[in-house]
Amino acid sequence: MTAGPLLSVTDLVVDFKTRAGNARVLDHISLDVKEGEILGIVGESGCGKSMTALSIMGLVPNPPGKITSGSIKLGDQELVDMDIEALRKIRGKEIGMIFQEPMTSLNPVFTVGEQIAESVRLHENVGAKAAHARAVEMLKAVEIPEPEARAHAYPHQLSGGMRQRVMIAMALSCRPRVLIADEPTTALDTTVQAQIFDLLQNLQDETGTAIVLITHDMGAIAELADTVAVMYAGKIVEKGKVDRVLSHPDHPYTKGLIACVPHLSANPAAISERLMEIPGVVPALTDLGTGCAFAPRCSEVITKCRTDSPRLFETQPEHKAACWVAQKEMT
Amino acid sequence: MSDTMQPAQPEPEIQSTSPLREMVSMFMRNYAAVAGLVLLIAIVLFVFVGPLIHRTDPFEMVWAPFTFPGQEGFLLGTDYLGRDILAAMMVGGQVSMAIGLAAALVSVIIGVTVGAFAGYYGGVIEELLMRFTEFFQVLPTLLFSMVIVALFGASLLTVTLAIGVVSWTAVARVTRSEFLRIRELEYVAAARSGSARDLYLIFKVILPNALPPIVVQANLMVGSAILFEAALSFLGLSDPNVMSWGQVIGSNRPYILDAGFAVAIPGFAIFLTVLAISLVGDGLNDALNPKLRQR
Amino acid sequence: MSGAQAKPDIALRVEDLKVHFGGKKRFFSGYANTVHAVDGVSFEVPAGKTFGIVGESGSGKSTTALAILRLAPITSGKVVLGDTVISDLEKEELRSERSRFQIVFQDPYSSLDPRKRAGAIVREPLELMKIGTLKERDEKVAALFVQVGLRPEQQALFPHQFSGGQRQRLGLARALSTRPELIVCDEPVSALDVAIQAQILNLMADLQKQLGLTYLFISHDLGVVQHICDIVAVMYLGQIVEQADRVSLFTNPRHPYTKALLEAVPSVHQNKRNRRERIRLVGDPPSPINLPKGCRFASRCPVAEARCHQEAPPLLEKENGHQVACFLA
Repeated sequence: MTAGPLLSVTDLVVDFKTRAGNARVLDHISLDVKEGEILGIVGESGCGKSMTALSIMGLVPNPPGKITSGSIKLGDQELVDMDIEALRKIRGKEIGMIFQEPMTSLNPVFTVGEQIAESVRLHENVGAKAAHARAVEMLKAVEIPEPEARAHAYPHQLSGGMRQRVMIAMALSCRPRVLIADEPTTALDTTVQAQIFDLLQNLQDETGTAIVLITHDMGAIAELADTVAVMYAGKIVEKGKVDRVLSHPDHPYTKGLIACVPHLSANPAAISERLMEIPGVVPALTDLGTGCAFAPRCSEVITKCRTDSPRLFETQPEHKAACWVAQKEMT
Repeated sequence: MSDTMQPAQPEPEIQSTSPLREMVSMFMRNYAAVAGLVLLIAIVLFVFVGPLIHRTDPFEMVWAPFTFPGQEGFLLGTDYLGRDILAAMMVGGQVSMAIGLAAALVSVIIGVTVGAFAGYYGGVIEELLMRFTEFFQVLPTLLFSMVIVALFGASLLTVTLAIGVVSWTAVARVTRSEFLRIRELEYVAAARSGSARDLYLIFKVILPNALPPIVVQANLMVGSAILFEAALSFLGLSDPNVMSWGQVIGSNRPYILDAGFAVAIPGFAIFLTVLAISLVGDGLNDALNPKLRQR
Repeated sequence: MSGAQAKPDIALRVEDLKVHFGGKKRFFSGYANTVHAVDGVSFEVPAGKTFGIVGESGSGKSTTALAILRLAPITSGKVVLGDTVISDLEKEELRSERSRFQIVFQDPYSSLDPRKRAGAIVREPLELMKIGTLKERDEKVAALFVQVGLRPEQQALFPHQFSGGQRQRLGLARALSTRPELIVCDEPVSALDVAIQAQILNLMADLQKQLGLTYLFISHDLGVVQHICDIVAVMYLGQIVEQADRVSLFTNPRHPYTKALLEAVPSVHQNKRNRRERIRLVGDPPSPINLPKGCRFASRCPVAEARCHQEAPPLLEKENGHQVACFLA
């Protein structure tokens, strides 16, 4: 792929003022997503993955949050410090977003058709009829059976899976260039999750929309994403091509995340009784020391880890990790 | 990578802040509420400590009627019988506040009991109790309390009970809705699974967690009970032998055009007290609301 | 087997359990139509083992758990713990037997009373059931804290001062306090972060080994179930469609639903390319209010025949202990 990145985040820093002091929720985050690519962001709760999404959407709650420095570029438009009106036009039109809980993201007093049509009319100068036609067309695109009838349904009349399809339809109704999916299937059943993944993949094949998939599930990353960024305590600790990162993780946290989850095994008789653990808990962002934030939980920790915070460096072409041990092994 | 056998690492020491202490600190950061609290304390001191310093019988004629405040050494003037209004404000305030508190207590006891049983048991019990509540709710409260006082005579006790009996419905509804929510939470099922009896679940598990909105409601109830008492006194339906703010207003009512101050002063006192209580109630509401507290 | 004395090594026996919610308002408020949440479920849990029930939302797995604990009303059927028929017990009898079966909940936030200190929460069942003297209770609670990987000093803290994983440890300590014969775990790790899940699963496995615990483990996560359970039952719309020991179920799934469920689980062992070749279920499960006449899975089944829409297949044993409810298996 020779095309430049469609969405490019560079050295993004977001700070939150809390009672306990300043919390750096995003610490020099850099990400690129190309057209037709799926970028996965994975990490535990509080690692900053959702905040990354909100920053891109220009939805960082302010106060207490604030983008301190860095840049977010969509094509050649700079989104940081863009005025609210201009940003509102981009939001929804150029960047769409779907959330974890489709029930609370849909307005219960309007039909789903009305809501999709509304979001179309907000960004495009079309009539009510055309907008409704687009809504039905979108419902069809997200493989909802009997789209004409379902357009007149209220959110509570649909199942969880159907509601998430409606959310996707709404997010894609203005044909955005980037779709941000924040834990889109966490609230859904396994079989429905598989359907939604297929749907996202098919839609992307057709439209070439770039997708940023935010999840805690390494399995979802493996199945859907092209590239992955692993986040811990507000930093990206490892990023690269999915196949490579999953088969040869360089950062101990990534290794832990892969190994501590009981994945389905083809040979259940051979399953060991104990899972690998990452001991301890995620540190509070307000009292991160100077060293690597993962050092207190790391099983490979060396002296340097406790004093100096490692930066991302290339362990392989297109594969970076922020770990002194990995760096030492390279040289 | 080695298999780590250790359990969770000891976490950095956290000091044991109780929910109560957290609540107090939350309350203290709300300036309006603190102002209300200061005002309330000032009123309480005025009412309860004042008579010890300003020793005048509020029923005694001490000077000519309708002495304007500030004249002849009467800070708040005299009323239509030439009685010292300052003394009446102090002693009468004691009664107004006592009635407010007692009436609020009565309404909380009735309201919590009805609401708790309705919310916990549901079904037929809830239906009956809530219909009963609605019956009281649709009665015109002032009229109903007037009827009670008229029937049983105007004494402090009947006035207090009358106010309590007409105003408990709001507490009952709040309590019931909290119980409906909390009884479905898993810690209630956990206690049940730990073989807790119904009364234990109601009073030891659910009620403590349902308290915040009830406390707020009860606090506002004190303010409205004071107003209620004033209204009854204004209409002449209170014990004439007991001084209260409402009594001062009520007895000077015919002379409102000649000596407005005799009505305005107790009116202003009631206004200040109810305002102070409302501010404190608002602050309590914020401090007790866990969603706000998490921020 | 019905009516016979329970075999000594069977901790829990469930016979034809049905839980239907009707229009009446109670624990679960107001439904207009009858919901067949659990509709004829039978199984046995051997002592010292972990029995897993896996299924999607609406499968009735959690209701089964609550009914066994007598926290949801049983419409019909029998629940036998050891040789006590729990499903027949009345109020006070039931209360005195509650120490024998305990529960660990899914949500570590709503399952602990926010107004009680951690020590009091773990201690509560001992107090309520009047087990031991005051001093014995003190010692017991302190020992439980250590056993689940907490420090006894932490008894004085309130639940909100613990992390999610620690709260789940508290939930386990509370469940263990009465030395129950059966611990029902209702999705005990699904609300936790992945790194913390492993800690709790390991703790549960360690405790089982030390204390010889019997777990009834409810989960939607096949990976977790495969890891921790000895026997697994797959539920769909209130019924068990397949049940087998772990190895047999995961290497040789026979019911089309089990197969589809296994295929749907995202795994790090798969990737973008091979994902597309797998079979997918279409649609959502039908509602447990208007149940179809034949096999409940027929409407979504990729291999269903005419017969499947007419008759309901019984749960039959195919080979040593592997039971399937499917005409085609």
